[in-house]
Amino acid sequence: MSAVMISKKVRKWEKLPGKNTFCCDGRVMMARQKGVFYLTLFLIIGTCALFFAFECPYLAVHLSATIPVFAAVLFIFVIAMLLRTSFSDPGVLPRALPEEARFIEMEIEAANGNVPSGQRPPPRIRNVEINNQIVKLKYCYTCKIFRPPRASHCSICDNCVDRFDHHCPWVGNCVGKRNYRYFYMFTLSLSLLTIYIFTFDIVHVVMRSVDDGFLSTLKETPGTVLEVLVCFFTLWSVVGLTGFHTYLISLNQTTNEDIKGSWSGKNRVQNPYSHKNIFKNCCEVLCGPTYPSVLDRRGLMNDDLSILSSSAAQSAASLSFNNSKSAQAITKTTAPLIPNEQAAADAKPSVGASTENTLSPPDDQRPPSSSTPPLASPETDAESSVAKDRKR
Amino acid sequence: MSLNPIDAQTESKPPKRMQGKQKRARLSVLAGTRDSNSNMATEFHNLQELRHSASLANKVFIQRDYTEGTTCKFQTKFPSELETRIERTLFEDTVKSLNNYYKEAEKIGGQSYLEGCLACATAYLIFLCLETRYEKVLKKISKYIQEQNEKIYAPRGLLITDPIERGMRVIEISIYEDRGSSRCSSGSSSVSSSTAR
Repeated sequence: MSAVMISKKVRKWEKLPGKNTFCCDGRVMMARQKGVFYLTLFLIIGTCALFFAFECPYLAVHLSATIPVFAAVLFIFVIAMLLRTSFSDPGVLPRALPEEARFIEMEIEAANGNVPSGQRPPPRIRNVEINNQIVKLKYCYTCKIFRPPRASHCSICDNCVDRFDHHCPWVGNCVGKRNYRYFYMFTLSLSLLTIYIFTFDIVHVVMRSVDDGFLSTLKETPGTVLEVLVCFFTLWSVVGLTGFHTYLISLNQTTNEDIKGSWSGKNRVQNPYSHKNIFKNCCEVLCGPTYPSVLDRRGLMNDDLSILSSSAAQSAASLSFNNSKSAQAITKTTAPLIPNEQAAADAKPSVGASTENTLSPPDDQRPPSSSTPPLASPETDAESSVAKDRKR
Repeated sequence: MSLNPIDAQTESKPPKRMQGKQKRARLSVLAGTRDSNSNMATEFHNLQELRHSASLANKVFIQRDYTEGTTCKFQTKFPSELETRIERTLFEDTVKSLNNYYKEAEKIGGQSYLEGCLACATAYLIFLCLETRYEKVLKKISKYIQEQNEKIYAPRGLLITDPIERGMRVIEISIYEDRGSSRCSSGSSSVSSSTAR
């Protein structure tokens, strides 16, 4: 019986695990829930449209023509920053391929030694010393990697993100290493825009009321009321958020670390990433190098389908479709490190086909139907199960 | 279906693996699909000779060194699996050069400030036209890795994968066993050594 490989070319983003949505053939990457992002866009564009329609003609004539020009520049900057934050890869760490996951599992097994059956194995943590501070690296069961320092797993997007700050629904994406500065520039410029529109709304109403009276002013420019309302509420939240992030940047901390109190100072724990200098910290976060995306979204890969020849071809084809789907489901949940078609397809581009042919020999010793030893699931992990018991 | 003797060891696997001709065809297809880096095509071409006669035995993963913070740096510790395959100094030189490249890419100094400020002033639209410094260094790195593979690692039956393809988490070094006369014994010895770990 000969195996026939049918492979079609697909872009890598189509096969990426995680709960992101991709647009423009992989160029745009966002979270799944985008409703609040559309609201943000609507509020910004709507308020600015009202400003340009109602206030700007009067102010341009009676005060200065630069007012609408500056407002337009600020508006374009805000939208550019918002789109840049929302559409870019926040710094997602790709999941470990089967060989790497297996290698890490073997290292963990070797480090743990012999665990008597019935006892839970110790939690999977690696200790690293950074600038004379011990930092614990946790193991991510979904991505099968030890998370780098400052990385965290976003449950909404189901990805590990480097220098994870928070998941922002207003922006429709995670905020991480790659898009933090755009997020900060967005909040800063939005604060400025809000203050600007609010101020000139008041100026406009005052100036016009002197000539025409307060009530008739409101009747002539009804948009003003709406703008003032939106700006008033936005001001408190966005300016507050900008202030908070300025504080975080000056200390070189992330929102995630701040919430968890990682460097709060108890037990003499200090932030090992801070340069102890506000200026240096700001420069590193805002003017540091622009990191590339390590998630190759637009690369091409082969989507394989092996079909056995002769009479069994059609039924085998449907079978293998089901197998690849169920195999995909398996990889998305917990344990098995058995390389399947899906995973083998991911591993191909760099090493080539020889990975399929001769997987590392220990696999041959295990029967194909075996799953990984129970080390691999969070339920059997001592630390997380204790935490679960506490929650109950 | 013709089976190579070495495939007989792995017969318990479902018949989804490709055989010689299909493997080579796949290699050339894959070489073509690396449109982002055509250097890989020549690398595969040169290494096809290796693959005709070799099979993948094991992979070693060089982990990141976080002692200096979150900057990209790899451990220079020499893995035991490579002891018989390559000299320690050559391996350390490769990793140290890679570390230096990454240090250069992530350097925070005058040029990065200028790039950051200029980009901010243009609402980061300038990156649609210009390449960032990091991307330039990454290209240098992939050239360097290809060169190292051709000159040093491939003749010793090893292959380094660019860390960017593994999320900058590890340097993956694939170890190929020679399909020479010693294939069965070397295959079984690597089996026993890895299960013993």
